[in-house]
Amino acid sequence: MIVLEEGKGRLFTDPDPDKAREFFQKKSRKMVNKVTSLKEAIVKFVHDGDYLAVGGFGANRTPIAACHEIVRQGRKKMAFAGKTATHDFQILAVGEVFDRVDVAYIVGLEARGLSPCARKYMESGKVEVCEWTNYGLAARLRAAAMGVPYVPARNLLGTDTLRHSAAKVVECPFTGKRLTLLPALYPDVAVIHVHEADVYGNARIKGIMIMDGDLSKAAKRLIITTERLISNDEIRRDPTSTGIPFYLVDAVCEVRYGAYPGTMAYEYFSDEEHLQEWLSVQKDPEEFKKFLNRNIYECPDHYEYIERNGGIEKMNELRRKELLLHKEMKDAQL
Amino acid sequence: MPNYNTMEIMICVAARELEDGAIVGVGTGAPCAAAMLSQKTRSPNLVIMFEAGGVSPLLPEMPISVGDSRTFYKAVMASSMCDIMETCSRGFVDYTFLGGAQIDMYGNLNSTIIGEDYRKPKVRLPGSGGANDFASFCWRTMVMTLQDARRFVERLDFVTSPGWLKGGDSRAKSGLPLGTGPYKIITNMGIMDFEPESKRMRVISINPGYSFKHLQDNCGFELLQVSKIAQTTPPTEEELRILREEVDPYRYVIGR
Repeated sequence: MIVLEEGKGRLFTDPDPDKAREFFQKKSRKMVNKVTSLKEAIVKFVHDGDYLAVGGFGANRTPIAACHEIVRQGRKKMAFAGKTATHDFQILAVGEVFDRVDVAYIVGLEARGLSPCARKYMESGKVEVCEWTNYGLAARLRAAAMGVPYVPARNLLGTDTLRHSAAKVVECPFTGKRLTLLPALYPDVAVIHVHEADVYGNARIKGIMIMDGDLSKAAKRLIITTERLISNDEIRRDPTSTGIPFYLVDAVCEVRYGAYPGTMAYEYFSDEEHLQEWLSVQKDPEEFKKFLNRNIYECPDHYEYIERNGGIEKMNELRRKELLLHKEMKDAQL
Repeated sequence: MPNYNTMEIMICVAARELEDGAIVGVGTGAPCAAAMLSQKTRSPNLVIMFEAGGVSPLLPEMPISVGDSRTFYKAVMASSMCDIMETCSRGFVDYTFLGGAQIDMYGNLNSTIIGEDYRKPKVRLPGSGGANDFASFCWRTMVMTLQDARRFVERLDFVTSPGWLKGGDSRAKSGLPLGTGPYKIITNMGIMDFEPESKRMRVISINPGYSFKHLQDNCGFELLQVSKIAQTTPPTEEELRILREEVDPYRYVIGR
């Protein structure tokens, strides 16, 4: 196959499926208890220099508790998959955790606006960037999940996004059409927040999967944070609901409200006030420092963080909002 | 004639472009409002898809994120990024709405950086997100944006998402799916499409209160125009009522 065009971005991971197979061959298949604290899981499985990817999309089902812990533990020089990374991205940027990013979507919080600290870090020149797209990164994870070095696609063509990616354009041997080859992405470690998991790591995600099915298969090491632990009996009663099987999983951490202040479908809606505070407090560097101390560095764990931001009362309010009960309650008053 | 603001006319005009039975891939904000308004007026069978996996939800209110739980509330399916984008790639998705910091005369969009130095940009913007994918795969791409010479520029600082690329047949030659491309640009001042041969932006309709000169003065490149420019029908009382009362009662998008 002749390469017609290629991006000048750097590949931060090796797309060779045989090297990945070698790793996966050695990975334990034992169905053993993997429950551990989040702190322990991050110590054991998230290392300086690793390529990190987290599950979810934007501030939805994103493992925020894990992002706080990674920052608290001071991880550095990581690479990061910016696949619609919003609040998770600004948390990791605050800690200057990564110095390489595969970009699909970064620095913004969607309709909420741009994050000044994330922008500042990305405009500093300290971070090496390779451009992709949401489907580009999803397809790269899919290639890894398939155990092949790339998948062909028809995006990126003709743009600077291609020129700053590490994709290659070739002529299709069947049709003669120009195709973009998206190289497999095998993250060293991934963290995915789920609704339910058993102690072995069999996990259930409710609602949209986004790209977490492929991410769980592509990642070399996988930490599951879960809203609730459930019994293995319950998993076996309804195997259709299992989205991630145990043999992909290295650690299971029970972290109720682990996606707060983001949304967890069917559980709680995002805390928009707190996310706005995150953005507005950045106008004053001193205040921002205090804010980060109060919300990340001084907190031993996620529960203390939630306690400091309204506690169970706030979580109940966000649950009512998620279930749209606020609408029924408003209607009832009329 | 009823009073309306710039967001309201853009949303009403965009809603009229979406015919019944079509599939539209949308993000949050104005595009989502346009799709919802279209469903509640002319196109009850319009299918809305969100790139994170929501398929045909019964949106209870405006979503905040393209992946929040409203985007698959009472949906027919809660699916995945690959599923939605591959549905676009297979040719099932008729329309999408995109935006950007800059747009050029061929409808190419920039949402990546402002500035000359890519390694140290003046402003780092979010990047493609799903925009490059939607612009590559969906049959017809539309843009809703304010008419402003800082947005409508001669040369983009970065081509994030493909329009007609360099015009003519350059898009078809690039390998992008045949028959796809920018369709209409909807602004507060008028509606533009693309001249079929050169693929350059051209004015086809002008909103009440504006002239061709207004559009040209607020555009950084020379606009073409069709020989008989239409007058945009302003939002009707009914469209505005539904938009204000049912689609966006908290005025998140249409403003206060």
